[in-house]
Formats: sequence, structure tokens, C-alpha cells
Amino acid sequence: MDIRQDHIRNFCIIAHIDHGKSTLADRLLEYTGALTQREMSEQVLDNMELERERGITIKLRAVRLNYLARDGQEYALNLIDTPGHVDFTYEVSRSLASCEGALLVVDAAQGIEAQTLANVYLAIDHDLEIIPVINKIDLPSADPERVRNEIEEVIGLSAQDAVLTSAKTGEGIEEILEAIVQRIPPPQGDETSPLQALIFDSHYDSYKGVIAYFRVMEGRLAKGMPIKMMAIGKEFEVNEVGVFKPAPTLVDELRAGEVGFLAASIKNARDCRVGDTITNANRSAAAPLPGYRQVKPMVYCGLYPVESNEYGALRDALDKLKLNDASLVYEAETSEALGFGFRCGFLGLLHMEIIQERLEREYGLSLITTAPSVRYRVNTTAGETQEIDNPSLMPPSGSIVSVEEPFVAATIMVPQEFVGAVMELSQERRGVYKDMVYLSQSRVMIKYDLPLSEIIFDFFDQLKSRTKGYASLDYEWDGFRQSKLVKMDILVNEEPLDALSFIVHQDKSYQRGRALVEKLRSLIPRQLFEVPIQAAIGSKVIARETVRARRKDVLAKCYGGDITRKRKLLEKQKEGKKRMKQVGSVEIPQEAFMAVLKIGEDKR
Amino acid sequence: MLENVGHSALYIHVPFCVRKCRYCDFVSYPYNESNARLYVTGLRREMELRLGDKHEKRWPLSTVFIGGGTPTCLSTKLLLEIITLIKGYYNLSSDVEFTIEANPGTVDAGKLSSLRLAGVNRLSLGAQACSEATLRTLGRIHTHEQTVSAVWQAREAGFDNINLDLIFEVPGQTLTEWERCLEQVIDLAPEHVSAYGLQLEEGTLLKEQVDSGLLQPCEEEDGINMYQAAINILQSAGLEQYEISNFARLNKQCRHNLVYWQNEDYLGLGPAAHSRLRRVRMSNETNLTDYTTRLNAGMLPVAWSEDITQENDIFETIFLGLRMTGGLDLERFKQRFGRSLNEIYPGLVESLVNKGQLKLRGNHLCLTPAGMLLANAVMCEFAPV
Repeated sequence: MDIRQDHIRNFCIIAHIDHGKSTLADRLLEYTGALTQREMSEQVLDNMELERERGITIKLRAVRLNYLARDGQEYALNLIDTPGHVDFTYEVSRSLASCEGALLVVDAAQGIEAQTLANVYLAIDHDLEIIPVINKIDLPSADPERVRNEIEEVIGLSAQDAVLTSAKTGEGIEEILEAIVQRIPPPQGDETSPLQALIFDSHYDSYKGVIAYFRVMEGRLAKGMPIKMMAIGKEFEVNEVGVFKPAPTLVDELRAGEVGFLAASIKNARDCRVGDTITNANRSAAAPLPGYRQVKPMVYCGLYPVESNEYGALRDALDKLKLNDASLVYEAETSEALGFGFRCGFLGLLHMEIIQERLEREYGLSLITTAPSVRYRVNTTAGETQEIDNPSLMPPSGSIVSVEEPFVAATIMVPQEFVGAVMELSQERRGVYKDMVYLSQSRVMIKYDLPLSEIIFDFFDQLKSRTKGYASLDYEWDGFRQSKLVKMDILVNEEPLDALSFIVHQDKSYQRGRALVEKLRSLIPRQLFEVPIQAAIGSKVIARETVRARRKDVLAKCYGGDITRKRKLLEKQKEGKKRMKQVGSVEIPQEAFMAVLKIGEDKR
Repeated sequence: MLENVGHSALYIHVPFCVRKCRYCDFVSYPYNESNARLYVTGLRREMELRLGDKHEKRWPLSTVFIGGGTPTCLSTKLLLEIITLIKGYYNLSSDVEFTIEANPGTVDAGKLSSLRLAGVNRLSLGAQACSEATLRTLGRIHTHEQTVSAVWQAREAGFDNINLDLIFEVPGQTLTEWERCLEQVIDLAPEHVSAYGLQLEEGTLLKEQVDSGLLQPCEEEDGINMYQAAINILQSAGLEQYEISNFARLNKQCRHNLVYWQNEDYLGLGPAAHSRLRRVRMSNETNLTDYTTRLNAGMLPVAWSEDITQENDIFETIFLGLRMTGGLDLERFKQRFGRSLNEIYPGLVESLVNKGQLKLRGNHLCLTPAGMLLANAVMCEFAPV
């Protein structure tokens, strides 16, 4: 079916994590007949198991909705889904660049949150037409008028014709579809120009290779066409072109303004980068679309197999994950304590947890993850600058002139009564106060510059718990700054355990070291001998705890014939031992290597 | 399933108690007469069914053990009925060890004397403790005086093989109290003593009391000292340790329990009883109604069964064997499995010997005294997981 360009609308949904984006998307699909009631039993756009569990959209998808509008015309509405987590900001920006409009979905009871705000600003930067949608008006605590005012005051958008809706009851769904048709401009672009298509997402299919999701900006993209990825420089031939309705449906070609997917026997996600421009290899566009950048990891950690003979399996699993996640970065490294493993870089903590869980769940690996670290810049007496993403590689203090660490500019939105709590937390985390704005009488936006390393250590959890869950957080990279940082070593049974080393601000080193050894004492099970645990800076020990020896471990009674139960108890004990890492003569459980992250939990 | 192979040990589970003890997680229900009747009828049917073609009668039983629960909370009449059933359905070897468990609060001279006359020749008394405070913590229904008089009555009745069960490491119990209890027990001159470190089992009242902080658990150090005290005091009184928790005078080891520890076959009858028969382990329905319903329908009351894989058989033989101070007979092990222990676990024995947890004594592999305290850690090394 040919669609005229002026009958196409490309839009996305901007919403805070639990403001009802998935339910709303399902309603739109249902209303336009893209899905039957029965298929609605699951939220369609979130299709990875992990996403469902975490309630977060990790991978974007694009769905075409055919909508017969009140003007009697049929429109093709392309809904481009966006991830809702700060780790994936760049992917969001590429989705927004593929749209002409956005639905801004705000919970009628809760109001705007920081992450939403950040994405709205991104959308405004991309000149998108924004349709405010006030959702969950069926809630008893809904206050649409207050939210309407907040949208106007905070974002400066007119919210007078905001659509009031309840994705739960279905109220207001048709109004949303009409607003999309009437208020979002149709795409521009000349289908006779050389091809420029923007990749806003990709996904790996084990049969077809990498599937690229794209928006055709100029020209046309057809099956059989030789194409070129302009930033990467690789060429492929298009095997399949299609759209999601939401079932994948093949078409011959897609023209300027349309959104869809292609398969071109692309074997590696590396060759199909989000933000890259696809052009016709035989008739190349003069320049790529603006905005491509290679995403850089923010957070690093070591991944080691518990069983050293699984190293090869871990490498293969990472290679495979890399095929569908170009933002995953890793290289082999060796730890004296943990043996052979990999230092991996991630977009953020959530990204790290997802990869870790996928490795364990999909590849059946048993892993030790070391505490996450950021990348530090060390200026040495030799006049060199080294970038270090593994604390154990820090040069000796004598050869260090200065150390720089990454900072982020953080925006926190919170009800007025929690301002004190937020400032206290930010101050504790070495934050530099920047600004505070009253968004309304009751809501405040606070800006701090914070060291990234402080954010990855449970900052968000603390923020949530100290503000009863009301605070929302967004942040962006803000460059390196010099700090007074030292390397803390941890010694277990008198031996330094390199995988537990971390870098910490001098003023906090004593407190962190003490807290960590206490935590480790509670995590390391009693061995057959006494195990001292020490924290040290250089050769100076600043804290020490002891795990007492285990001297008795015996089942007194063993008869009555129930031998199976006893056997299972012993098997369980052996399994437990196997999950531990033997370091020297000490058995250390996996979670001990993440202990540095858990210090905060005991403090409150 | 044909039961025509020569298991030589029979266990009868009597699932009744006057009252549940606070530490106990064995299957037992409060005693009442009509259920007791139902139970004995069930037992008869189970014997009938198990013996199908009566082949089994040809294999004489060398041990019989009536345990529980509290077998002696049944009336003398019912107990004699059970013994008659056993004798009717099975041949007993001439030197059979025939044990019954008893709670000191549930026996009297008449009952003991009838049991002895009926052929029971070993009495296992659940003394558990001597101090009233500890008996109360455990939730026992008897006093130490009752233990003393039960022993005297048993002697009068002609029992020359008496075991006393004791528990240490009880919340509130002190080392001094325990040592005094051991002395009091020695004064009763039992042929056998079982001294168990208390295990707090899930679902017991005692565990709940400890978990909720109502009772203070025994310190590990005290537990070790109490265990050492038991070994020293009992051994110096001529009760030789022959298993982690068991002590006996010469030739008075419990032959029935040795069957378990040598990983040989045994047949268990009654609700919740376990059996090991020809490479299969099984256990009966635990609920009395389920047990009798199955039997009335002409079916064996087996609720669970599992084939013993060679792997598990090997592991069970090892960890059961190591429980005995005499250790695991390596020669017999090789005969049984066709491979030596070292062939199956290359290097393991050597490393545990080097750690001082195992030692070789002739053809036997034994736990060292230090290894005995850490028996679980040693045994689990042999687990096939």
C-alpha cells in the first residue's frame, strides 16, 4: 500500500518510568487494530524478559499504526519507542531525531520528573511538536489542573489543549490519535534525492544478522539496493526491508519520511551503529546526517568466571553480546586474585547489570563482578597522562602529580520538603552546588555537579530512600576535574586482593575503608582458620577486622534412615563452596567483590 | 517390586507421642487409642503386602528396631501385637538385636517386663538431659528421677543392653551441668550412650524460640567443649566412641544403626518410615490417613522413591562410613564398586590427610578428632556435584 508523505506521522512517547508509557502504547495499538484483545495480554513494546522484570524499555522498537481519522483519511502513524533510562540518553536522542512529534505523557497524580524533563528538552532541541498528555486521570489522587500548570511553568509549553487520558480505562485514546494527525507535521524529504536514512536502533537476529531500525530522511531505500554505512564505511546489500505492524511485514521499499527495518547480512553490531547514516552505495549522499557520535562507556568493571575453565565460554558470550550491543566494550585483563577475565565498559550501572544478568541467564555463566569504577586520568611525574579504568593499575603514589575524575551535571527534581535531604546527600557525595529553581510552590529543581564515581555508588538508591521515592534524577557528562584521590588496597589473610582495590577521595578514605572491611567480615564465611581483613593506603593499614575460624561443622544425628536428606545437605554445602572463589587459601563468595557498593546499606 | 533380597534389618516407625518435644522434627502425632488401632492394622497390611510371596521370610532378620515417635506410648497390648506381627511375618536370627525406644515417662515395670519376655532385648531410653531446666527447654515430659527409675525397672525386667540418649548444646545448658549429667548417666551403668549435639531443625518450636531471640543459642566454643567432655568422660567409663555421636561397651554397639552407616539395605515399615532396598531408597506416606488409605486400597504406602545411582551410592557409602570411628573399609569399598576410592577421587584423600582431617588406619579411612568436628566440611568434598 502506497502512503502519501503527508499522510505519515512519526512520533515517540516521552514518559517517566512508571507513568504508563507501555500501557498507553498498547492502547494505541489496540485502538488502531494493530493488535487484538488477546494479543494485548502482554505489553508488546517491551519484549525482552529483562525489560519486563525491570519495567524498563531497553531496546527501541518502531511500530506502524494505520489510523482512519475523523477526516475520513487513513494515516500511517509510526510510533518509535524510546528507552527510559539515563544510561541510554544517546539512543533517545537518535529516536527523537527520527520523529516530527512527541507525546509527553505525565502522570496526573505525580507531575513531571527529572528524566522526563531531560527528554522533553532533548525533544524541543530537535524541534519536535510536543503534545502534552495527562495520563492516569482515573486515579483518585489525580490532579490534572496542577499538572497542566506544572507543564506550562516548568517546560514553558502551552498545556491548554493537553489531552486528558487514562490508558487504563481507554479514555482519551482517540483524542490522542487525532492530536497526532492534526498537530504533528508530516515528514519532509525528497524521495528523488540520494538516500539518507538515520539508524536509531539495531538488534541482532541469529538468522538474519543485525536488523537496523531506521528513518528515511531523503530518497528511498529498496530491497536489493547496495548500501553504505557512512560513518563506519562498510557496504552491504539489502536483503529485506519491512515495517512492524507490529508483526514484521516485508515491503519493496521505504521512501523519505517512512520508518522501518532492514536486514543486510550484517554480521556485527559494530558495523551498524545507532546514529549512523545509511546511503545508497551507488549514489551516495554528499554528507551524512548530523549528530553521529560513538558512545563511550561511563562505567567499568572486571568480569571473571568463578571457574577459571569458563574463561573461554565468557569470551564467546561477550563476543556474542557485542554482536547486538555495540556500546559494550571489553578487553582481556588479569587479576592476581581472580585469574583471567575481562575489563568491561558500560553506558551506566543499569547497562552493566543487564549485561551481567544476560551473561548469567542466557549463557549459564557463573561470574564474579568487581566493583564498578569510572575512568580516571592520572598525571605522572614523567609528564604523561594515563587513563585508568581499573583501580589496581593506579601508579604508585610517588609518581603521581595529580588525578582527575569525571564529573556530571546532575538535575534533581523533588518536592520542596525534601530539598534539605537532597542537599545533604549531594554534599556528602562531594557535590558542587550550582542552582535551585522553584518549579511551582511545591516542587524544586536542584542542580549539582557531582563526581560520577559518587553517583555509581548507590547515589540513586539513597536519593530515593531519603526522599521517600519522590526525587528524580538526570545527569550528563561534564568533563574531568582534579580531585584528591587515593588508592585503597584490601588485604585478605595478609595478601592484597587486587580485585577489591578502589579509588576514593582522601577525606573519605578512612570511613570507606572501615566500612568495607566490616562489610567483608560479614560476607566472607568462616573458614577453618582465622582470616584477617585489612584496608590499607600504600603501606599504612587503616582498618582491620577478623573472620573467626570455624571449628565445628558436624551433623550430630544421622540415622532414622533418611539418608537422602543428609546427602542433599552435604551436596548443598559443596555447591555453596563451588560458588565461592578460592583466593589463596580463602574461599570468597561472589558478592564480596561487590561489597564496596553495599557499604551505604548498613550506614542507614 | 519383589522384596526377596536379604535385607537383614527391620525398622518399625511408631508415629505417636504424648507430646511433641520442642527440638524434634521426626514424624509423630499426639497419641489416641483409635488412631493407634488404625496404625497397627495398617502395619499388618503393610507386612502382608511387602511379603507378597513370602520368599523374604527365609532371610532372618539380625536387627529389629522399633522407633518413633514414642513406641512406648502405645499400650502393652498393642506393643505385644506388633511384636507378634513381626515374629509372624519374619524369621528372626537367633542372636537378633531387638531394640525398642522408650520415653522414661511412658514405661513401668509391667510394660518393660512384658516387652523383655516377648523378645525385645535392647532398650533405648530417651533420657536427653538430667537437669530439670534443660529437660523443660527441650519440652520433655519426664524428669531425671523417672529416667533413673526406668533404668532400674528395665534392669529388673532383665534388660542387659540399655542405651541412654543425651543431648548437649542446648540453649541455657552449661558445661558444668553437662559434665554432671554425664557423671549421673555413668552411675546408671548403661551399655550404650548416644550423645548428640542439638541440631536446630526448621519448623521446630525450639528453633523459633532461638530465631526470635527468646533463647540464646549455645556458643560454638561451649559446644566443642561439651563434645570433648562427652568423649573424655564416657571413654574413661569404658564407653568407647564408635561413631560421631555414639558410645558403647565392648560388643554393645548398636548393630541396627551400623547397618545404616555401612550403607546396607533395611526395610522400614509404618508412616514416614524409610527403606533402602536393592538400590532404591523410598519413604512411606507420613500422614496416617494417607498411609492407611493406600494400604486399604491394596497398594504399598510408598510416597517417594529414588533409584540409587552409582554416584550417590558411592557418596553415601563414604559419608556414612566416615561417621564411624573405625572408618570406611577401603577394601570393602573397592569390592563393592570395583574401583578404589583413590581412583574415583584422585588426590582428594591425600589432600584431606595433609590437612589433618582424615587419616589412614590399615585398610580403613577415618576422620581425625579434628576432622570429626568438621565432618560435614570433609564429607561434602566427596559429593558428586
